[in-house]
Amino acid sequence: MSTMVQAIRMALHVAEERHQLTDVFGEDVGPPLGGAFTATQGIKCAWNSPLDERGIVGAAIGLGLAGCRNVGEIQFCDYAYNTIDLLKLAGLQTWSTNGGWNCPMTIMTPVGSGIRGSIYHSHSFDATATHIPGFKIAIPSTPRDAYGLLLSCIVDPNPCFFLVPKALMRVRTQPGEEIPGEPGDERALSKLIDAPLGDRAKWQPQWPDTPDIFIPFGEARTVRRGRDLTVVSYARTLPLCKKAADELSQEGIEAEVIDLRSLHPVDWPRIEESVRRTGRALFVNEDTEITNFGEHLLRRTVEELFYELLAPPRLLAGAFVPGVGLADELEMASVPQLPSIREAMRQLAHQHA
Amino acid sequence: MSTGLRPVPRAPDADLSPELLLRIHDLMLRSRVLEERLIAMYKQGDGFFWIGGPGEEAFNVPLGLLIQKGRGPAYDYCHFHYRQSATLLAMGADPVNAMRQMKNTATDPYSGGRNFCNHYSLIEWNVAPVSSPIEPQYVIAIGTAIAQKRAGGRGITIVTGGDAGTAEADFASCLIWSSRPANPLPMLIVVANNKWGISTPWAGQHGEKRISDRGKGFGIESKTIDGNDPEISYREIAAAMEYVRTERKPFLLEAMVSRLFGHSSASGANAVPDEADCLKGFEQKLSDKKLLTRQQMEELRHKYATELQEAHRKVRQEPQPKGDSIYQNVFLDRDKVREGK
Repeated sequence: MSTMVQAIRMALHVAEERHQLTDVFGEDVGPPLGGAFTATQGIKCAWNSPLDERGIVGAAIGLGLAGCRNVGEIQFCDYAYNTIDLLKLAGLQTWSTNGGWNCPMTIMTPVGSGIRGSIYHSHSFDATATHIPGFKIAIPSTPRDAYGLLLSCIVDPNPCFFLVPKALMRVRTQPGEEIPGEPGDERALSKLIDAPLGDRAKWQPQWPDTPDIFIPFGEARTVRRGRDLTVVSYARTLPLCKKAADELSQEGIEAEVIDLRSLHPVDWPRIEESVRRTGRALFVNEDTEITNFGEHLLRRTVEELFYELLAPPRLLAGAFVPGVGLADELEMASVPQLPSIREAMRQLAHQHA
Repeated sequence: MSTGLRPVPRAPDADLSPELLLRIHDLMLRSRVLEERLIAMYKQGDGFFWIGGPGEEAFNVPLGLLIQKGRGPAYDYCHFHYRQSATLLAMGADPVNAMRQMKNTATDPYSGGRNFCNHYSLIEWNVAPVSSPIEPQYVIAIGTAIAQKRAGGRGITIVTGGDAGTAEADFASCLIWSSRPANPLPMLIVVANNKWGISTPWAGQHGEKRISDRGKGFGIESKTIDGNDPEISYREIAAAMEYVRTERKPFLLEAMVSRLFGHSSASGANAVPDEADCLKGFEQKLSDKKLLTRQQMEELRHKYATELQEAHRKVRQEPQPKGDSIYQNVFLDRDKVREGK
């Protein structure tokens, strides 16, 4: 019963053992810390870099050009903004050379709110990432998806973003969604792969035997079937949408909830099929609402499914303010929470065109 | 040395062989004629923009001759800026391909008509895609150098840029990452100092006496050389490369060069009279040494100019990329995930 951060660690281990992952690097990524969220503890090819995001992204591109599968970590996505032109360049390597070069690399970075991270540890990156063509973008909401999507990123011959919702890093696998081979007892798993506190010099992880799972890009997952409305989400807000849908079921509202899992390519056929059935669409994420990825999906919904709709499609997203404030009420007011999601779903279910 | 580090092997004093001098001259001349042709193409409407390297041939030709070209970490990785046509020709590139990129034809092997001239990219020779931004190559080079350090052997990473680009953070990143005590990198860091940043003179923006002085703070072997002299350039590049190849550590080489036709077509692409011309200077030397007569030089220039004029006519007829090709090569076609590999 792993957490997402443990699942990431197990995927990195599998990748370095079986899929030619050569470098996992970034600030505090190597020993002794093994990552600010402990996602890289015990990984043999993990190493510490200077505190230099441009150096990290540049090195990732260069390693990719040299054919080295690598994962470069930006400790918080908020610190990736000074690398935007390098990310654009990474996405350009294949296109600008008309297929001459390719660049396997994964930029792994924690995203979103949920840990009271204040202005520089709470931002989302999905709107920015989806503005950078040439990248595939994975954003899991369960440990098993994190495991399978990260492996897909690592073996892909193109640049990939692996966006990790930090609010879900410590959330455990739900029964039935385990990674095959992982111990069912969380304490047993912790004993195997969590580094001890204090001196870790002699510590060695004991990795469970977990298989290759490659979750394809562009393959969303329907986490709850429903007839009345379609809710499309990902990352921190996904489990909130599921919970709200379960609660609204008591009121007779049956919402279908789709976890996108990857933003590019995006599983539009699944959204389309669902909206055609329900006639109502709600897109939920926590990035700032103007030029938000949900707006893109909403635009496609209007353009392609207008005559299928029973009510205007809606977007519930983060407030368009420069940051997520530290105080509890500020964070709660800045990004969608369970009550606002539930209310948006309820309103849409009762709304008529 | 004051740094207390292992001294860099001194460049050999011995004269370069007459054959090598003539080869260098041949390539410098051919490169100059190519750049003049690219400018002519621009002025005749056979290209939207020109930027290039006339004035840097005395450094760039020896660099190209000394590069171990090939594909993969066993060979040199090249992270160039956009003034290195002479290096590509010295490596063996066909000048007509530079003209294809100038004319943005579908046959342009570097970008298929997608990028400006002198933005080379050739995976077979480890020439990484040249970017219009003047600094990212200094951090991208870190990655290929890490791969080469791990691979062992004698392959090195060569990164070049201009003096103006050293004001960007990426240059500092390059110095820091290449000299990390945890893993120093086999990287030849080159700055071609032409003393200009577009229209802004170097002298008004940079207080450092020499760019190479910045390497000293990191314990990086560093040197400033006269990049307008091909003999000095050849010897110094050879010595610096040998250091990087064997010691697997970085070397910062600043080459003082000229910019003979301004920044780009944005500033007119006209000859600048008060810059030293390395080709003229070298031809005077060759004439003094009686290796070439003025008439032979003129005949050679005429031959190359005629060849490229002919090529220009042909390139003009080659097809342009189709609009419906824009979605091609966004990703590498292979999708290993879907293939289950």
